[in-house]
Amino acid sequence: MAAVAHTLHSQPAAATSGLAPQPQEGVDIFRAEHVRKAFKAPDGTDLLILDDMNMHLREGEILVLLGRSGSGKSTLLRMLAGLIPSSDGTLLHRGRPIDGPVPGLAMVFQSFALFPWLTVLQNVELGLEALKVPPTERRQRALAAIDLIGLDGFESAYPRELSGGMRQRVGFARALVINPDVLLMDEPFSALDVLTSETLRTDLLDLWAERKIPTRGILLVSHNIEEAVLMADRILILGSNPGRVRADIPVQLPQPRDRESQEFRDLVEHIYGIMTARPAASVNVAQRGAISIGHRLPHVSMNQIAGLLEELASLEQGSGNSRISLPELAEDMHFSVDDLFPLIEAVELLGFAQVLEGDIELTPAGRVFVEADVQERKALFARHLIDRVPLAARIRAVLDERHNHLAPGARFRNELEDHFSEEEAERVLDTAIDWGRYAEVYAYDDNADVFSLENPGEDEAEGLAA
Amino acid sequence: MSFALRRLPLPVPNRRDLLALPLVIALFFIVSHAGHQMTVPYRLGQGIPISLSPTALPEYGLYTVLRMLAALVVSFMFTLGYAWLAAHNRYAERLLVPVLDVLQSVPILGYLSITVTGFMALFPGSLVGVQLAVIFAVFTSQAWNMTFSLYQSLKTVPRDLQEAATLYRLNAWQRFWKLELPFAMPGLLWNTMMSMSGGWFFVVASEAITVANQTVTVPGIGSYIARAIAAKDLGAIGWAIAAMIVIILLYDTLMFRPIVAWADKFKFEMTSSGEAPRSAVLDYLRRTRVLRLLAVIPAALWDLTVRLSPRVEPKAPPPAARRRWGDGLFYAAVAVFAVWAVVRLVQVLPRDFGWPLVFHVLGLGLITGFKVFVLVGLSALIWVPIGVWIGLRPRWAQAVQPLAQFLAAFPANLLFPLVVVAIVRWHLDVDVFTAPLMILGSMWYILFSVVGAASAIPSDMREAAQNLGLRGWLLWKRLYLPGVFPGFVTGAITASGGAWNASIVAEVVSWGDKTLVATGLGAFISQATAQGRSAQIALGVGVMSLYVILVNRLFWHRLYELSVRRVRLD
Repeated sequence: MAAVAHTLHSQPAAATSGLAPQPQEGVDIFRAEHVRKAFKAPDGTDLLILDDMNMHLREGEILVLLGRSGSGKSTLLRMLAGLIPSSDGTLLHRGRPIDGPVPGLAMVFQSFALFPWLTVLQNVELGLEALKVPPTERRQRALAAIDLIGLDGFESAYPRELSGGMRQRVGFARALVINPDVLLMDEPFSALDVLTSETLRTDLLDLWAERKIPTRGILLVSHNIEEAVLMADRILILGSNPGRVRADIPVQLPQPRDRESQEFRDLVEHIYGIMTARPAASVNVAQRGAISIGHRLPHVSMNQIAGLLEELASLEQGSGNSRISLPELAEDMHFSVDDLFPLIEAVELLGFAQVLEGDIELTPAGRVFVEADVQERKALFARHLIDRVPLAARIRAVLDERHNHLAPGARFRNELEDHFSEEEAERVLDTAIDWGRYAEVYAYDDNADVFSLENPGEDEAEGLAA
Repeated sequence: MSFALRRLPLPVPNRRDLLALPLVIALFFIVSHAGHQMTVPYRLGQGIPISLSPTALPEYGLYTVLRMLAALVVSFMFTLGYAWLAAHNRYAERLLVPVLDVLQSVPILGYLSITVTGFMALFPGSLVGVQLAVIFAVFTSQAWNMTFSLYQSLKTVPRDLQEAATLYRLNAWQRFWKLELPFAMPGLLWNTMMSMSGGWFFVVASEAITVANQTVTVPGIGSYIARAIAAKDLGAIGWAIAAMIVIILLYDTLMFRPIVAWADKFKFEMTSSGEAPRSAVLDYLRRTRVLRLLAVIPAALWDLTVRLSPRVEPKAPPPAARRRWGDGLFYAAVAVFAVWAVVRLVQVLPRDFGWPLVFHVLGLGLITGFKVFVLVGLSALIWVPIGVWIGLRPRWAQAVQPLAQFLAAFPANLLFPLVVVAIVRWHLDVDVFTAPLMILGSMWYILFSVVGAASAIPSDMREAAQNLGLRGWLLWKRLYLPGVFPGFVTGAITASGGAWNASIVAEVVSWGDKTLVATGLGAFISQATAQGRSAQIALGVGVMSLYVILVNRLFWHRLYELSVRRVRLD
């Protein structure tokens, strides 16, 4: 292994040196100043993804961008890689403005992004071939990288023959073989099971710590708090809608880190607190129930909401304490912490629970919901839905106004597209449909794309009677 | 690759080489001999002697096959260029895609009618012009849907793979061969296969055509059949059918099966599902020792192109202002051209034909369209229940699927004489009884799509239906028919398109000196071609294209979207 690492390292940097600027003292690898990113909505208005984003990646640092979906973290990563342009602001790579794919940079993808028709070896060689490395050297370096990442013996396999973990190893080998100056990772472990991702993380950290790879900086995008604390030298927490830096937290725990240690747990809890806290302004708004129709409804089904509330009630009974810490809840429900966020947002939005400093607690209404039977639950949920979710209230109001009590879904979709991308608008409306159907506040016909007030059950019943 | 290079000088041939090598070398000789024969001198009006002896059939078959292959090569090159341009240039895309949509609605034999005189004028005193016209006709039957398939694949290359290609600095050449084409391969191959099977029909139909009162023939199975019809020789027709069966089976084993088995690795899926297609021929070739070295050639060529191609630094997209400017200019140009075209059409139509003729042709189109609809409906009534029944029995489905594919590939025009003989013998109604000929070749698409869809109905759904006690009509209404609906629509679209195309040869049929003419647009085009009235050919072809576009847009397209939306479960 050592000899192999040596080969990889001692390769003449000639192939890449023409591309990768040499490290300069005191200059950050990446720097973003007042960066803004907006996408054009179909009707021409701007959707703001990132606003006034400031960050930097220092020499020799592992930086983790932590945020929930919609925080624009992947967008930021792609802007830094030069894959998409920013709308405004300054983006620098080693002091130079980024205006196209950045040389000397490698990326590892959540979906692996392997070419299924190429063997492991061919996949790894791909980047070298593009750099016009001569065939013999190409083969040598690819084999060295494959060895380094623990894939020896799999050179001639096709990606589909490999397990998820092995595939991501190919992704790493493909990235490392070009001796990247900086390594970008877009949630590289989130498609893997817990054990596999653990091993892969450790292996990567070992390579990094023992300097077996020439990489000078790592930028990792994640939505997994524990993963961030395990790996990072520094964590940037991004807020959502639009994405902004909410906190910049250095992690000074020594490597390798122990999940069970008190400091580790404290830090995780601390970050939970930050991520669930709302910015002061929006707390007031939410309490007044005056969120706008353009609020991003979390994509959560009714079953999940009911399940969470029941779980909270049983935990409360078990511990006798009404406040339950979020990490504890996550563990209890076998959820990764990030699956929990949208759920928590939903129950808070609906007023069935509230979050205080990293703890969660049922509201009186939430308790009533848990105790109630099916029909009572629906009635209670309907009241909360109309009171607290403006989109649902709007749909109901429009249907009440019209004398035929019908409204096309496109009408609301267009309205939502003023606030969201097309996809996101679709998702938000889907959530509103799911909740509304459960509450029997309105009905929706997917084939015709029409909202209505009629109860679909009645039609059929009449038809049968006739 | 360098491994293989170093293994030269040649290894000792193994036993398999001893059989495979001479065969491959012989193949080269046959092709060059046939290519030479195809360019013999020729003058318009001079009859090409076609022998009706069965011993001449292998040679004729060979010519037909070579025409198919030549057309295939041209189609492939056309596809690569056209689709790549449409997928990568915004302006080209907005022009080329609608144009392609129109091109694929024009009846194939319409292309032949329009172009054959031009091709012949290009090569006076030689058969090359006619050969090219035939190849061109077959090309038009293959190229459009191959191009559409490639274009659509190029537009749907997964984003993460594209990003990886950009980040790892693949240039446009490498990107095309390493990412885009492999990704598009399964779809492209499937469409090529469909195209080929449609192509047999047109190659046979176009080898002997009447242009401007002259019968123009090139040696091939099609002209053999034409000669047999003229000579009222049923035995010869039987031989031709037998020869065609052998050709299609050979083509399937020697060419398509190996290619499909080889291309299995391009399937874009991360799990190995189902059984991989196999080909004994491919396995055999892979086990040869000397012959396999030929695989070094593409690899070496690839290395060479990579070394020669310049390293292009990826550049940022042009500023929005310039793009707006370009857009404005582009649309202005298109608008000016469109207005000009409409004005010219309004000027030309009444002058050349007079409105009564235009309306008459439009009426003929309605008749043919009505026939096509009825025929597709009838085929559905027959083949959907049969297809479902077969599809639900895996053992049957396995046997029937290739048979249906074979029947779809088999040029139905070889069977026309049999029907015509029957019509003549029993004095049947021409309009009614020639109609089925139109769909004889393409209804099999309905059968095999339905069989495919029925065998894909999840077995747990069937068990659930059984468990609920669904039986008889209720079972069909709730499970089988919705389950095969998308498959049926796909098959019916192909069948309908095929029927429109076939109408040109199916509405005018003959036996000896007896010619039967049905009422319809196909007969109109066919007769205009025979009499060399080029303006009327253009009118007929134009009207037929118009109908095909309208029917596709207003009916099949919507039905397809409905099937996609209604019957999916996600």
